[in-house]
Amino acid sequence: MKKLIAAVLAMALCLSLFAACSGDTGGETGEVKVGFIFLHDENSTYDLNFMNAAEEACKNLGLSEDQYVFRTNIPEGQECYDAACELVDDGCTIIFADSFGHEDYMIQAAKEFPEVQFCHATGTKAHTEGLENYHNAFAAIYEGRYLAGVAAGMKLNEMIEAGQFTAEEAKMGYVGAYTYAEVISGYTAFYLGAKSVCPSVTMEVTFTGSWYDETAEKEAANTLIANGCKLISQHADSMGAPTACETAGVPNVSYNGSTISACPNTFIVSSRINWAPYYEFVINAVKNGEQIPADWTGTIATGSVVLTEVNEAAAAAGTAEKIAEVQAALTEGTLHVFDTASFTVEGAALDSYMADVDTDPDYTPDTEAISDGYFHESEYRSAPYFDLQIDGISLLDTAF
Amino acid sequence: MTKPRTNPLFHISKRKEITLRESASIRAGAILLALAACALVTTALTGENPIAVYGTMWHGAFGTTRKIWILLQNMALLLCVSLAVTPAFKMRFWNIGAEGQTLMGGLATAACMILLGDKLPNPVLIPLMFVLSCAAGAVWGGIPAVCKAKWGTNETLFTLMMNYVATQLVAYFVIVWEVPKGAGKIGIINQSTEAGWLPQLAGQKYLLNVLIVAVLTGLMYIYLSRSKQGYEIAVVGESERTARYVGIKVEKVIVRTMLLSGALCGLAGFLLVAGTDHTITTTIAGGRGFTAVMVSWLAGFNPLNMVLTSFLLVLLDRGAAEISTDFGLNHAFGDILTGIILFFIIGSEFFARYEIRFRKSAGKEG
Repeated sequence: MKKLIAAVLAMALCLSLFAACSGDTGGETGEVKVGFIFLHDENSTYDLNFMNAAEEACKNLGLSEDQYVFRTNIPEGQECYDAACELVDDGCTIIFADSFGHEDYMIQAAKEFPEVQFCHATGTKAHTEGLENYHNAFAAIYEGRYLAGVAAGMKLNEMIEAGQFTAEEAKMGYVGAYTYAEVISGYTAFYLGAKSVCPSVTMEVTFTGSWYDETAEKEAANTLIANGCKLISQHADSMGAPTACETAGVPNVSYNGSTISACPNTFIVSSRINWAPYYEFVINAVKNGEQIPADWTGTIATGSVVLTEVNEAAAAAGTAEKIAEVQAALTEGTLHVFDTASFTVEGAALDSYMADVDTDPDYTPDTEAISDGYFHESEYRSAPYFDLQIDGISLLDTAF
Repeated sequence: MTKPRTNPLFHISKRKEITLRESASIRAGAILLALAACALVTTALTGENPIAVYGTMWHGAFGTTRKIWILLQNMALLLCVSLAVTPAFKMRFWNIGAEGQTLMGGLATAACMILLGDKLPNPVLIPLMFVLSCAAGAVWGGIPAVCKAKWGTNETLFTLMMNYVATQLVAYFVIVWEVPKGAGKIGIINQSTEAGWLPQLAGQKYLLNVLIVAVLTGLMYIYLSRSKQGYEIAVVGESERTARYVGIKVEKVIVRTMLLSGALCGLAGFLLVAGTDHTITTTIAGGRGFTAVMVSWLAGFNPLNMVLTSFLLVLLDRGAAEISTDFGLNHAFGDILTGIILFFIIGSEFFARYEIRFRKSAGKEG
């Protein structure tokens, strides 16, 4: 019996020591622990962009390796909720998720753990959910698309001058994923950027119904090229469209990062979102006990909207200089991407548009987005809501 | 002139019977060998300490109460689909359409939640969802069965192809019900009202699913081993001619069994959509329809053994996910380990069924 008591006491001692130790690592230092949830792993360009930013942010803030956790290949279902809860169990005080479909599961976890901050990139519901600890973020990527469009327009001008085709034949092609506001906002901004330097340009857009479908994206690009498109851009995450362009010798404006290594002759420039500034902003806010806004929109000024280096071998002369000039005008606020003077819808300029900013199943328009002569994109929530079909752009299919 | 007959180096012969002890030692040996092989691969490819990797796998499966619940939940859903395909397999009807049958059940559930969520109270809505999802699964399983019974079509191809039709149907309805417009996602259905959500028992999200599947496992065991219908299934599986000779209506048994199989897949879809995920996507079944084939086969179509085999597969899967998180290894590495372990386990089945006798000495005629 004595032996038994001794054994039990010894075990209790061990356990309490263990508990004390694990308690120390969590509380005393007052440091944060950050959990990252990614839809895929580094083989997806979309997730790689987030993973690189997460690593950069943690390094910049001097977080040690046991202060951040990566969870990859988390589907957009109950697995996301489970992963978020497991990260909380693991001691995380901030949890980021990177994919649109994670949103509802993050909200569910946020309701359960009010002391943990849940930050979701690309979501739309934070401003209507009214949770203190649930936040959305996006970047004004339409400005990056606009700048990339300027580079595209200059390339078209160069080809027109070289006599490859007439100004009327200047048609671009765009491979989109879905008829989602984020995609519409992106291709419209790209088109307006091109139009600002090449006024006669038109554009055809086609949709693949998937964010990542290499074959479908390649086929879509080939169809556009066969339709007479002189330059291609895309909003989908595979190398399908860029490689189709390289094979056909058609210039390409890319997305998510440079594709120059695979497409040295046709890659012009690429825009992408850099998520590191947002990650750093949130981690610092939690460290300092500051509030995180429901919506955060990164801009060129915050370093969230970036362009890769221009590929001089494919781009028109003077592209980098022109981009710098337009970028300055955008940051100063003297130029607006969706200036109502620069586009028409069914032949008429707009002075009012009710956008669907508050997400609901009936897509009810709820917020006036046009004032002071331009469409206020990403101001009433971080995720894009520009979904107008403007003149000059024709959609080949809208099934998705 | 005749060549002197030589004995081959070894003989392979079917075992007449195998004691429990022999079969257990063969399987345990296989697992030990698999772990050793995995250790070698781990050290060679990543330089990590294999014991630490195994520890992490164990932690990934059982590390916290929550992890245990997740393990049980994943196991319940996989087991449910496995139980569903088993009667068909026992009948030698290769239903590899469980993925599609599950999706159809899930689609029916989601449709009820979206269209009737604000019209019916939960006590009416949930039973309706249950009936419709089982019916949807049964129809999806019944179509290939009727064609097989009437015209002798190939059920393997037919059930497989029905998966793609189901996936495309779900893709279509996702676009009909997507929120916000163009997003291609439905998101959690009725998140604020919880209409059509299965109730939580004792504050545990996954307890109800686990209990339902536990009961189902017992019922399926009794159905297959004790009921007349279960016996008919076994006879049809052994020999259709014998079945006809003893007066079993084979066509009827085929259709009846596949309706049951499909309905249980539909039930799995119902548990997935109403019980846990509360949404519908084209990938919600998550390959369980195919993994279930392995669970059922490895268990020799015995529902009680399937508890063990589904546990093993879910354990490996959860462990693999934990490795990729803790060691910063790609998810594929966990899959490699899973593959090695399954290779040894499936391989051990051969040694459990056959024995190898080596030549004792040259010249001795057998």
